[in-house]
Amino acid sequence: MAALFSDHLYEAAAMLLFGVGFTTLLLNRNLLKKIIGLNVMDTAVYLFLASMGYIEGRFPPILREGVTDASAYVNPVPAGLVLTGIVVSVSVTALLLALTVRLYERFRTLNIDEIVLLARKGEK
Amino acid sequence: MAPVQNVPFVSILLCMVCALLCAVLPGKAARFLARAVPGLICLGNLALTFAFRDLEPFHYPMGHFPAPWGNELRAGPLEAVCSAALALTAFLSLNAGMRKVRQQIPERKQNLFCVVTLMTLCAVCALLYTNDLFTGYVFIEISTLSAAALIFSRQDDRSLAASLRYLVMNLTGSGLCLMGISMLYGITGQLNMESIRQSLAAAEGPPSLPLRAVMVLLTVGLSIKCGLFPFHEWLPDAYAYSTPASSALLSSVVSKGYLFLLIKFYMRCVGLEAVRASGLATALSSLAGLGLLIGSLHAIRQWDLRRMISYSSVAQISFVFLAVGLCTPEAMTAAVFHMLVHAFGKSMLFLSASGLSDVSGGRFDADSLQGAGKRHFAAGAAFTLGAVSMTGVPLLGGFLSKIYLSQAAIATSGPLSAAVLLLLALSTFLNTLYFLHAVVGIYRPGPLETPPRRATGAGYLVSLCLMMAVNLYLGTASASLYSTLLRGISLFA
Amino acid sequence: MPKINDRYPASAHKRVSDWLTNGFTGLDREMTQAETPPAAPSAEAAGQAEDAFQEKARRDRERESDLYARLHHWSVTRGERQARLLYRFLAVIVCGGIVFFLLRTVSALPALGRVDAPVNNEVSYRYISRGPEETGAVNFVSGMILDYRAFDTLGESSVLFLASCAVMMLLRLDRDDAKGPVPSPLSLTGGDLHGDDILRASSLVLFPVIALFGAAVVLNGHSSPGGGFAGGAILGGALMLLSNAAGEERVSRLITERRASLAIFTALLFYAGAKSVVFYTGANGIPLDIPLGEPFSILSAGLILPLDMCVGLIVALTMYGFYRLFTKGGY
Repeated sequence: MAALFSDHLYEAAAMLLFGVGFTTLLLNRNLLKKIIGLNVMDTAVYLFLASMGYIEGRFPPILREGVTDASAYVNPVPAGLVLTGIVVSVSVTALLLALTVRLYERFRTLNIDEIVLLARKGEK
Repeated sequence: MAPVQNVPFVSILLCMVCALLCAVLPGKAARFLARAVPGLICLGNLALTFAFRDLEPFHYPMGHFPAPWGNELRAGPLEAVCSAALALTAFLSLNAGMRKVRQQIPERKQNLFCVVTLMTLCAVCALLYTNDLFTGYVFIEISTLSAAALIFSRQDDRSLAASLRYLVMNLTGSGLCLMGISMLYGITGQLNMESIRQSLAAAEGPPSLPLRAVMVLLTVGLSIKCGLFPFHEWLPDAYAYSTPASSALLSSVVSKGYLFLLIKFYMRCVGLEAVRASGLATALSSLAGLGLLIGSLHAIRQWDLRRMISYSSVAQISFVFLAVGLCTPEAMTAAVFHMLVHAFGKSMLFLSASGLSDVSGGRFDADSLQGAGKRHFAAGAAFTLGAVSMTGVPLLGGFLSKIYLSQAAIATSGPLSAAVLLLLALSTFLNTLYFLHAVVGIYRPGPLETPPRRATGAGYLVSLCLMMAVNLYLGTASASLYSTLLRGISLFA
Repeated sequence: MPKINDRYPASAHKRVSDWLTNGFTGLDREMTQAETPPAAPSAEAAGQAEDAFQEKARRDRERESDLYARLHHWSVTRGERQARLLYRFLAVIVCGGIVFFLLRTVSALPALGRVDAPVNNEVSYRYISRGPEETGAVNFVSGMILDYRAFDTLGESSVLFLASCAVMMLLRLDRDDAKGPVPSPLSLTGGDLHGDDILRASSLVLFPVIALFGAAVVLNGHSSPGGGFAGGAILGGALMLLSNAAGEERVSRLITERRASLAIFTALLFYAGAKSVVFYTGANGIPLDIPLGEPFSILSAGLILPLDMCVGLIVALTMYGFYRLFTKGGY
């Protein structure tokens, strides 16, 4: 347990955050809170991925004047992957919020149970 | 590199660029592009499939840097034939469904609908050809977003609610996939599939805990997106309430990309022995078996034809997962063959259902559809062929895929094989209950006053006839296809 | 054989033997019998039987509907609450289980921050050591995402494009929409901030600074922290501020739907086209010499600078477009 928080602090924190986000997603009936939970989950995964690039005592991955030794810099790969992920997360959040706006215009409620019920009732 | 070897790259980029064009072109030109481009992709991939009789599988570097440093695609006979088949499905579905698109989707948004369909095809081609896990994740997201747009394109209440449900569940799945990919990167340091395999091969013994966790995360993530048993809640609403072309694309094209990526991950990244050793294969088969039964049981209760077909999709996807869970090359071939059979059969079912409802006053319930098969001959014939194929009657593809799966199950020899055979028998029986019931229903004497009839158009009829021809081909003359798939699987890893 | 059939007057055997013995009189007897139909029960008795039957059926129906009503009432009041409680309980258990499983997995991963982790291998080594000379970019991450792994970034840009198309499908109000221009709920709450003096005065100072900063971040993507995505987000924010401060009509006259979509389309087309050329030449072994310039200077890094500018433009216009679609229903 102690090893978890000394060796793997960021990764453990990311997993706890993932759990928080997932619980928010599952337990809330309000649509906006579900979207926030989804965002928290995604952020947790990015934290997990980004933390993998860190090497103790090294510089950020931009060339410094005169420091050409490759072992002076942190791993740049996870940073690039997280960049992609963040853009995807933004796009997805925008789409979810647009859907929420349309559903609210139509049903005047943000409760997902009521929305599903009203949508089903409309078909009969 | 021979010119035909550029087909994988051209497929992906052509779809992307044409999708871009559709965003700025007016509706008519966009619709033409959406119908023509899948046909071109199909022709290109067919040419590549024929070239593979002499050619070996090759790597296609995307850029000037070789594999672990740059992205690459990998093309083999399996990927080529599947791309050709899925592009053909998309081509036929879009041509058949375009009239309904013009009726059901707001006019100013039709070019955006075409953007979304082309991006779906682009994503599927990329998932089929990619040799890099992170590229796979990016295109999974493209596929998710475009599928969500396909679902809500009709913009009525049920589609919007269905699309929201779909998005929330699928994004959870994507998040799990990304976590799995990150963890795999953490333990191997590679994102290229073959490099991952090399890195994992160095470690001996049973799969370590992180590796097992990675496999579970990726499997669960992709299963949520395909609609495997406990995660299938979003599927019926999403498939049933969109425009027929969307339903056809969603059920036939989108889920196949994810399945293919899962098979690729099992065979190329971790190896089938590791999947078997970790117990994941058994878990997958059990869930798939449950899904097979529960999907069919739900389908029996449905009064809306489209929902019945959607629940049948749950059962068919479980069938593919059952085959994947057996984890042998023959079983994987059976799974891929059934993916193709399901692609052609299910799209034909959705499109023929729309034709049947056109001659029944636009309604989909069993009472209104009585006698619809006699009012619209082509749609009735197509629905019959599709239903019969899904049930597994000889002369059509479903029968052959059940045979292949049974052969693969018997070859594994264990309690699992007996369970698989029993499940196949039960599922055939359950499928008969609802599908043949529906087929009989559409040929019963119709209501006394003929309901108002909506014209379905020449494109619809021609595409439907071609689909029927392809389904009959799959059931009768597809031995060469099966041998290509078998060879492709053996060259796949 | 016992003559069972003799007991039944209507049986074939009886009739044949009657005919044989009595001749056609059997037929006469039948015909006379047919003229006098059997006595019907009296109307009263029939009515009473019918009433009793209807009463019983009504009571059965009542009992059934009563049962359903009670079941429905239970499910609506207590049943639903119990189901929801069960769902919450199970959800917490499942989430807890997943987190526990993930934490156990994490503790088995290689330790964080160590040099000998598997992620620090020849891949990252080449990006750092030969990155500046192969791509010209001093920012290793930019070099990686726009040169080495450019396909992923192309996919990511198309995700953004796809999302903007999808949001337009949902929220864009077209001129010929049958329902007419309906204000979206977000604009019901306050709407245009145009008249606000403090906002207008402060944005006069802030907007140029933010826009300049955003442009600098975009242009310096390859030689310092930054890049198209970050700079584009900053520029998008600047445009949102401008839209609120200078007034929505004025900005929409500057950034019309036509211009914005044409700009995004051109930028993406250039991006896809340039990268297609790179991919095609790379796969087919055709050498491609793009001048890489001096490290650290702005005009360097080959294709990375134009691509950064394209990406910056796309992201800025997309972010601004999202904002306008949500508040106004269009650019």
